[in-house]
Amino acid sequence: MDELIIAGEKFTSRLIMGTGGAPSLEVLDQALAASGTELTTVAMRRLDPGARGSVLDVLRKRDIKVLPNTAGCFTAGEAVLTARLAREALGTNWVKLEVIADERTLLPDPIETFDAAERLVADGFVVLPYIGDDPALARRLEQAGCAAVMPLGAPIGSGLGIRNPHNIELIVEAASVPVVLDAGIGTASDAALAMELGCDAVLLATAVTRAQRPDLMAEAMKGAVTAGRQARLAGRIPRRRYAEASSPMTP
Amino acid sequence: MIVTINGAAHEVADGTTVAQAVRTLTAATTGVAVAVNDEVVTRSSWETTALSDRDRVEVLTAVQGG
Repeated sequence: MDELIIAGEKFTSRLIMGTGGAPSLEVLDQALAASGTELTTVAMRRLDPGARGSVLDVLRKRDIKVLPNTAGCFTAGEAVLTARLAREALGTNWVKLEVIADERTLLPDPIETFDAAERLVADGFVVLPYIGDDPALARRLEQAGCAAVMPLGAPIGSGLGIRNPHNIELIVEAASVPVVLDAGIGTASDAALAMELGCDAVLLATAVTRAQRPDLMAEAMKGAVTAGRQARLAGRIPRRRYAEASSPMTP
Repeated sequence: MIVTINGAAHEVADGTTVAQAVRTLTAATTGVAVAVNDEVVTRSSWETTALSDRDRVEVLTAVQGG
């Protein structure tokens, strides 16, 4: 059985879903079901007394493990507090650590992220940090005790795919914790490429939730992640400059 | 005394607890977490933690995101 293992916990699906951007909880529910995901992120926000229904109910009904994130945090201090509140509210010590540098690019701030990661690891959290495609930072976060590293393919919500596949390969080569390609996925081939490059899982939201048919795109992503993983395990043929005949050349 | 609950100022009686502040927003006790002045107050302490004048109470829950 080819399972994804994060911090000792096993997952059959290698597709981690986000929940942002879905037009309704019903659409989200259908997309999550079609994706086959077993681990899905949620954000922490001020309680709105007027809100109807909860994303938590959707996840609970589908038996999907909840992964709280620290989206919206700009400093290590904010992220640590948000993670502690999520642990209290949701009863999980897992956290997707996300500390953003600015609102225009939404790129992760490496200094604040590293600071928060050290503090959260010390506080007993299973820390999954969202980072740029930086092999040096990925290695430092692994050494700091993170349970996985989650480099971006491209900026959040951009759908630009994997802009620097070489760096993703370098991160994969050096890592002994799972590498999750997070952010930038636009369509199924991007998810397949992430897995072919050797990533252990893919995390995506917008590509599905803002697709014209979210449930169909979720199913496509499920297939792409599986196909990419199989291709990685199968071992692709080397690229050649010229043709190599697949039939005997002599009669 | 005045306390701030999720950004809105409220006039409350002296001795008001965290639990009472939470109940102004929701009857739920699961899926919700509270920070007072940026420190988490665990659920088991809600009933016994009294607020002070000018305390900032944040009541959070999980929403779609990420």
